[in-house]
Amino acid sequence: MTILARLTEKSWEPGPPPVERERPSAGTVGTLAYFGVAMVMFSLLVAAYLMRMGLHGAMGHGSDWKSMPDPPLLWINTLLLAASSVAWEMARRERMARAATAGAALGGLFLMGQLLLWRHYQATGYTLSANPANAFFYLLTALHGLHIVGGLFAAGRALAAANMRNIALCALYWHFLLIIWLVLAALLLST
Amino acid sequence: MATTLADDLRPLHHPHSWVTRYVWSQDHKVIAIQYSCTAIGIGLVALVLSALMRLQLGFPGAFPAIQPDNYLQFVSMHGMIMVVYLLTALLLGGFGNYLIPLMIGARDMVFPFVNMLSYWFYLLSVIVLVAGFFVPGGPTGAGWTLYPPQAISEGTPGHQWGIVTMLVSLAIFVAAFTMGGLNYVTTVLQARTKGMTLMRMPLSVWGIFTASVMGLLAFPALFVAAIMMLFDHLAGTSFFMPTMQSMGAITPTEGGSPLLFQHLFWFFGHPEVYIVALPAFGIVSDLISVHARRNIFGYRMMVWAIVIIGALSFLVWAHHMYVSGMNPYFGFFFATSTLIIAIPTAIKVYNWLLTLWRGDIHLRVPMLFAIAFIFTFIHGGLSGLFLGNVSVDVPLSDTFFVVAHFHMVMGVSPVLVIFGAIYHWYPKIFGRMWNDTLGKVHFWITFLGVYAIFLPMHYLGILGVPRRYYALGETAFIPQSVHLANAWISVAALIVFCAQGLFFFNMIWSLFRGPRADPNPWGAASLEWQTPDTPPAHGNWGAKLPVVYRWAYDYSVPGAARDFIPQTEPRTELGA
Amino acid sequence: MPVAVAIAMLVVGSVAFHLFSPWWRTPIASNWGSIDSALDVTLWICAAAFVGLNLFLAWTLVKYRHRPEYRGLRHKAHYEPENASLEKRLTFWTAIGIAGMLAPGLAAWGKYVSVPHEATVIEAVGQQWQWSFRYPGPDGVLGAAGVKFVTQDNGLGLDPLDPYGRDDIVVESGDLHLPIGKSVKIVLRSKDVLHDFYVPEFRAKMDLVPGIVTYFWLTPTKTGTFDILCAELCGTGHHAMRGKVVVEDPKAFARWQAQQTSFGQILAEAPPAAMSILIIKANACSTPASWSIR
Repeated sequence: MTILARLTEKSWEPGPPPVERERPSAGTVGTLAYFGVAMVMFSLLVAAYLMRMGLHGAMGHGSDWKSMPDPPLLWINTLLLAASSVAWEMARRERMARAATAGAALGGLFLMGQLLLWRHYQATGYTLSANPANAFFYLLTALHGLHIVGGLFAAGRALAAANMRNIALCALYWHFLLIIWLVLAALLLST
Repeated sequence: MATTLADDLRPLHHPHSWVTRYVWSQDHKVIAIQYSCTAIGIGLVALVLSALMRLQLGFPGAFPAIQPDNYLQFVSMHGMIMVVYLLTALLLGGFGNYLIPLMIGARDMVFPFVNMLSYWFYLLSVIVLVAGFFVPGGPTGAGWTLYPPQAISEGTPGHQWGIVTMLVSLAIFVAAFTMGGLNYVTTVLQARTKGMTLMRMPLSVWGIFTASVMGLLAFPALFVAAIMMLFDHLAGTSFFMPTMQSMGAITPTEGGSPLLFQHLFWFFGHPEVYIVALPAFGIVSDLISVHARRNIFGYRMMVWAIVIIGALSFLVWAHHMYVSGMNPYFGFFFATSTLIIAIPTAIKVYNWLLTLWRGDIHLRVPMLFAIAFIFTFIHGGLSGLFLGNVSVDVPLSDTFFVVAHFHMVMGVSPVLVIFGAIYHWYPKIFGRMWNDTLGKVHFWITFLGVYAIFLPMHYLGILGVPRRYYALGETAFIPQSVHLANAWISVAALIVFCAQGLFFFNMIWSLFRGPRADPNPWGAASLEWQTPDTPPAHGNWGAKLPVVYRWAYDYSVPGAARDFIPQTEPRTELGA
Repeated sequence: MPVAVAIAMLVVGSVAFHLFSPWWRTPIASNWGSIDSALDVTLWICAAAFVGLNLFLAWTLVKYRHRPEYRGLRHKAHYEPENASLEKRLTFWTAIGIAGMLAPGLAAWGKYVSVPHEATVIEAVGQQWQWSFRYPGPDGVLGAAGVKFVTQDNGLGLDPLDPYGRDDIVVESGDLHLPIGKSVKIVLRSKDVLHDFYVPEFRAKMDLVPGIVTYFWLTPTKTGTFDILCAELCGTGHHAMRGKVVVEDPKAFARWQAQQTSFGQILAEAPPAAMSILIIKANACSTPASWSIR
């Protein structure tokens, strides 16, 4: 039944006899719902980023925005996260716990890379409070990094229990974080 | 990746001791009661703050202990506690937790552990919030809207520590709500019992479900705004902080946009109004239907209206900002979208009235509160049209008209529903009946009292009396009669304040001394009244999950033996 | 039964309160009668809905209250899941009512957002917790200004290097004077936090936002002295942030204006030490905080 048909059901009339429906697992539904939450959060931050940059001229700022340089580490980190996502996808398709471990490890490496990136920027004078562009960079990468940390926790638990269903959910989550990261990286690189 | 809804007790967490049963409980009913008690407890703090504000406004100068600093702190904490920590937590964390699994025929929430975490995070957020009263400088006095730059600048009470505890508390609250909200949404989508189609769910579930979805999508805005302001305050960034003068010196911040915060805040803040209102809409629909012995009129329209209101409420946020200095041309769009939202809301009012019409109205205490809600909601909803209608808002914004409007529509109205709902479900939750006389006295004082408080405030606002004023002082356009009115409003407020003692006495006394309640004292058709035990036991449904054969509103069906047919009753050959 | 009576009485009482209470709009002193009319239209439509719906509620409560035995028959509710045509009609008429109040509201807003060309510019500057004002002087242009230029002698932060600013008339924490019958565009600037320029008799108001310049316009239509209040919470002294606006005939206005000091005069009278601070501040800024406003 389409959602429209379900929402126009005249439920006071006798319906078909009750049946048990196949439904996606609670974990899947919950994870997808969380994607909605995270997506709104990052979208709002992107909107705030663009507004603060001065895209919306009536707000009277824009002259103070100084973009950050794009170091090669940014590309390396992106590749790491993409590789991590690929490993997780292999784990999901082939039901390989080893690929999942590799995916988690690559995720950890990505985090290390992000930390190095932070140190690099700190060392070159792009500190948090020096410019709103820097502040947004640190805020966005920190929030994204926290999501990776959470994912690593979940991955650790799923791997310890060798729960294939949860490993599949982890793979889904990793793809989502990759997409978010690609959007963020594109934003950081293009401005 | 599919599960079936077998009568499987395995996923349930079974408590083994008093501590796991009542403290670290994963049972949705216990968590609901924990949530409700915490919310009501912190709500009482906010109630006391409102009484203190009324003392200052009604009798300026009579209480030298209340200084402008304190007054603004009372205003800010009262607002934030009531909106977020009481109403949101009670309606979703309390009623949502209790009602969703029982109304859709589930044994518990789908993620009981996360549900428990949600409560403990909420409690932590309340503790951090309360800590604000004890830090140096006291809690924030920036208004509940926490607008920068004043929220973190000199000249505002609590600009050093109070604002930090507030922002941290809000961030924790958002985390707590997200855990709870994911649970409510997933449970409704995933754990409905056999036969419980979407359109057979009671409107309470629809209201709570939609509000949860909205909360999940709106609270991130508050979270982001809170984190960014914390950065501005603690790390010296300038998301929201422009170049400005503070204590005679120019700040090092540059270029930040106070309006950006306002957009983020109201992107959360407006849906928040409906996050509170929609559960109240749903619950009151069920109260009216049960006590009028009549199916809710236009059920489908009611569901659609809830969903449409929920969706539209994300497109109206800037109606709080008509005179904020944003691009004035936005006003055209936001006024139009705001007034369009009035149409589905009006339909809900019509359908409540049409449910009563040709009904068999039993004027029991829960029903009295539901009727009072209809009255105050009509009043508050209509005064909202003034404020939404952009140019009319210009003279009224930031006056007592705004105060009167939002108290009527999202303070008094949901609280009346909450009272009605507590009286309605109390016999199911605790298995005992409250005292009817006390309930009626409580109702009459509360209903007439709040109207006496807030009706005159509208007129003070039309006159132009500004809000958030510690004292009106000598102001040419404000006649002496306004001061008199303020005194009388304060007297009414204090009477209503005291009358709430009756409610608490009634609830607590009845817990021990109330007569044993019938499992289904109101003759209600929905699932939560059909549990094998009253109060429902752990797992809710005994050995077998219920099967649903009909919608939740089969009242006074022609040809039926009784004036209600429970949802679990199979249809006969005749179709009744 | 008592609740039905109570609701009917509350409706009657509310109408009576509206008619007999002493509190209503202050007498209008500007051109914004259109805002008042939009409010009136909104009020009439809403009042009709309020009275109609609640009296229907009261009547329903009486007529369909539960009665154990009624003329030998048990009173029973009517079973009717929905009535699509009734709901459609109600939706339609509600939409008409909504459109009826939205139209005058948007029309008035249309005027509010379009400043007439002939309007003269006057600046109001807010700070915790007082009002100051600036007039453009003979050249009709306000010089550039910004918080970063503020010094002891340059309280409003005019750019000392901007020639347009020299003839600007500065009224620090004094009264605002407006000539009657002439449109003014009031541009608003804040030195610290949010404020809101609010004169109840003018109906119009607007926030002051630090970092940007906001505006609104009006034409005073009544002479007299009115209170300026702050309508955006701005800290502990919010309720005491007051000013006065004096609306007078053009002659009196010209007389008053002739007595005021211009920024050029202030600069001329400033001691050399203060002057050098002013100039240092000005040179420290690579970009002007706001361009000259014409």
